[in-house]
Amino acid sequence: MKIEVNGEAREGIATIADAVAAVTDARRGIAVALNGEVVPRSEWDRPLTDGDAVEVLTATQGG
Amino acid sequence: MDQHATTRTDADLKIADKTFTSRLILGTGGAANHAQLAEAITASGTELVTVALRRVDPGASGSILDVIERCGVELLPNTAGCFTAEQAVRTAKLAREAFGTNWIKLEVIGDEDTLLPDPVELLDAAETLVADGFTVLPYTSDDPVLARRLEDAGCAAVMPLAAPIGTGLGVRNPHNMALICENANVPVICDAGIGTASDAALAMELGCSAVLLATAVTRAADPALMAAAMRDAVNAGRAARLAGRIPKRHLANASSSFEGMADL
Repeated sequence: MKIEVNGEAREGIATIADAVAAVTDARRGIAVALNGEVVPRSEWDRPLTDGDAVEVLTATQGG
Repeated sequence: MDQHATTRTDADLKIADKTFTSRLILGTGGAANHAQLAEAITASGTELVTVALRRVDPGASGSILDVIERCGVELLPNTAGCFTAEQAVRTAKLAREAFGTNWIKLEVIGDEDTLLPDPVELLDAAETLVADGFTVLPYTSDDPVLARRLEDAGCAAVMPLAAPIGTGLGVRNPHNMALICENANVPVICDAGIGTASDAALAMELGCSAVLLATAVTRAADPALMAAAMRDAVNAGRAARLAGRIPKRHLANASSSFEGMADL
């Protein structure tokens, strides 16, 4: 199953929580979009399906 | 500066349900590193700083969230980089999820070279976000009619630009800025285009309730010193506005009376 996390194809990612863990240890100040839609933290155990695109976002410097 | 001069007659800045003593909002973009940014935040006296939402960088050392927490200021996420209402609304919802705030600095850009706002998409996004319970602070062009439309849409403030983002050109259209301030029933926050302290002072003299600036401080040769200058400029401009300036005259008007002049 191919999942894209922050634009990079990855293997062995079954849930959104896996996708987050693949790119960061942080849990504070993190938001996730699955195929463009916000996924609340309470639903991070949601299983992914082939071709899903996950965005894992956080705060950065910006005006 | 004598803080009494401004605090004696002035009320705090109220935006939606929050009250701020400082009328300077600092954008965090452009700082060379977190230590320099923290110094600038402290020197500016600000209580509110903006952040952008981006993909996590696995190689990043330290989070800007730690800087913000250490400085004891509040965070205002933005939708910088969005070119459509749909993108901006999604970004706002992600920011709400990430930071637990329903405040959003709404930016919807319409042109890559000038980074000027797209008024149609901006108003559309503002209406959607207000309906979804967000406290919306829209970055807008210096158009009095658009500012009124954004206020009518339920925005908690309007944030007209002084000049395009990062140009440091100062208030390009003081007349429009003054018109926006005269007509608004929500705080007007001058956002973008400030270059130096006198620009910030002018924005406040024109009637703005606050000034939001980033690169004028973060890319100054000495960011902390410029941050302090901006703090003083915003206070001075606000005090001058409240004090009521003299009207401009075409010819001189002596302040020393001619009465009692010696016959020399």
